Amino acid sequence: MTFWILAFVLIASAVFVITARRPVHSVVGLLGNFLALAVLYMTLSAEFLSVIQIVVYSGAILVLFLFVIALLSSGVGPFNVGPDRMPKALIPALVIAIGALGFVEFAIVRAPLLTGNSGAPNALPLGAPGKADVFGSVKDFGIALFTQHVLPFEVTAFILMVAVIGVAVLAGEGAPAGNWRRPREPIVKPSEASKV
Amino acid sequence: MEAANSLTNYVALSAVLFFIGVIGVLVRRNPLIMLMSIELMWNAANVALLAFAQAWHNNTGHVFAFLVITVAAAEAAIGLAIVVVMFRSLHRIDIDDVSLMKG
Repeated sequence: MTFWILAFVLIASAVFVITARRPVHSVVGLLGNFLALAVLYMTLSAEFLSVIQIVVYSGAILVLFLFVIALLSSGVGPFNVGPDRMPKALIPALVIAIGALGFVEFAIVRAPLLTGNSGAPNALPLGAPGKADVFGSVKDFGIALFTQHVLPFEVTAFILMVAVIGVAVLAGEGAPAGNWRRPREPIVKPSEASKV
Repeated sequence: MEAANSLTNYVALSAVLFFIGVIGVLVRRNPLIMLMSIELMWNAANVALLAFAQAWHNNTGHVFAFLVITVAAAEAAIGLAIVVVMFRSLHRIDIDDVSLMKG
């Protein structure tokens, strides 16, 4: 029952995110989506990831989105967004995406491997969230992260450093604000070229 | 049997969320909403990872879900920086105006 309520909230808020006219409304839809996902992670006994979901996504990424929306709409005039050319791309995009979704769902329902087993030989037992020595607890996750999977953890640090440097280079002081539009006609017109 | 049904449900939900994100990227032309759709796709991948982690009782899925969250944060930061630079240069945001690298 919990799963179906969460699934409904997740799908409804995701659809709201992609159909809302204003980006701020999309952010609110995304917030509902992330909170429902945090609860869904709890039902999957991933309590640490559930907390991380709220802290990192709702706390950091969504605030970043809100900052950018506020920054871009703070100039003179309204938030200057180009026209959303939904009708032109809507029908082909829906056909392709829903066709692919139907294929994937068919494969998931028919797949024989989705039965699961007890897997890892020394896995901790499943238990209620908040207990220390059960599967998915912070202790279990931390031991896995710092012993068996140290390399992904270090890759994580490297990715964050690359992101920080990239953002500083892109949007920092003195970044070149070149023309991003492709020139429709040659910059040097033939008549002027002959004069030179 | 109950666990099998439940895993299928979680993975099916993950696929639905992923394709809602795909439709968002394909249909919308506002870069901010496209970035949010990409976040939806990252999260769909996380749902599948955690569902398999619980079904196989193996916490490798948790570690990689953590990696996915980090990559999503880095991607959002860089994507939003690109949107800000784009707005500084064009004074409007429309993904179709950014055609400098079109062949």
